[in-house]
Amino acid sequence: MEIVSQVLLVIGGLFFLLGGLGVLRMPDVFNRIQAGTKATTLGAFALLLGIGFMYPTWFLKVGIIIVFIAISNPIGSSVLAKASYKAQGAPSNVVQDDLKEFLGGTEDVG
Amino acid sequence: MKYVATFLVLLLSYLGLVGLVGSTEQFLQELVLGTVVSLVLTFILANYVNYTIDYKFPVRLLVFVFAYIPVFVWALILANFDVARRVLSPKIPLNPGFVKIKTDLEGDFAKLTLANSITLTPGTLSIDVDGNDIYVHTVDVKGKTPEENKKNISARFEKLLGVIFK
Amino acid sequence: MINAIVFGLVGLGMLFAIIRLIKGPTVADRVVTLDTFNVITIGLISLLAFKFENSLFLDVALVYAILAFMETIVFGRYLEGKHGDR
Repeated sequence: MEIVSQVLLVIGGLFFLLGGLGVLRMPDVFNRIQAGTKATTLGAFALLLGIGFMYPTWFLKVGIIIVFIAISNPIGSSVLAKASYKAQGAPSNVVQDDLKEFLGGTEDVG
Repeated sequence: MKYVATFLVLLLSYLGLVGLVGSTEQFLQELVLGTVVSLVLTFILANYVNYTIDYKFPVRLLVFVFAYIPVFVWALILANFDVARRVLSPKIPLNPGFVKIKTDLEGDFAKLTLANSITLTPGTLSIDVDGNDIYVHTVDVKGKTPEENKKNISARFEKLLGVIFK
Repeated sequence: MINAIVFGLVGLGMLFAIIRLIKGPTVADRVVTLDTFNVITIGLISLLAFKFENSLFLDVALVYAILAFMETIVFGRYLEGKHGDR
């Protein structure tokens, strides 16, 4: 059990590192949102599961945190993506933009 | 049924936060206290919620846990390796775009689950839901029509979710 | 040993996020990075529960998660309304 827990903890740490690195190195806002959200969500899952395997009596509490993160993190990133689109428009290299006619045209200021 | 659903959610949250600590006697005390607190909160909150359960709910829960969660976790792991590949060799993505896909799912929870799944799968990010349309940012636009995009992005989740939230 | 490795990895992730938070050319970049940073902080608080063998830190992490979610929504609203006309 301890081995499983420690492996999961290291995996979680690695994905948090990947999230930070992704936010640092991706080229535009939407790619940063994608990298940050995916990597930190899986990192949080792995790390919390590792803690749960180490102390099995905490498993329900850990499960509640996992469910909350699984629901709230993608919603937050969707809200941020929509807000970024409204604030600075699409990046210059898009090939198709269906969102423009829905949200209305904003001039490219970003 | 709305009252039952609210009560179950509140009671399960309470018991989960209490955790598995202590003896059987202590657990019974927490159970009684949690029931009382959940009952009081149910009568206050039940007018503001809009979800309900029926007799098929356990079946749906089983399908959700054993059919949907593995597909979802596998897609999440693939997405993370995709992110790792693009982070370690950063190049400007070839043809990003914002596409619109249609969904046949009914109900807020089904759409929320579908949008969250799209966000956590490789290369896509759901931005907004408007009626039956979901707007998605994707790093690689493959298809021309909404149907092709739907086949690439959301078809496998929709099949499962259509079974669960029906 | 395991503590040093995991805390080091998570700390490096936070460091990269903070670099982007300081560099970020637009407000949207900074808000996005703050969201990522918040999730990493939730993981860090849970790691404190692991290290000190005290499950109260998990409650702290849950409350922090709720507050971070609200903070993300509020910043999103602020960013939407910032350009005025909509």
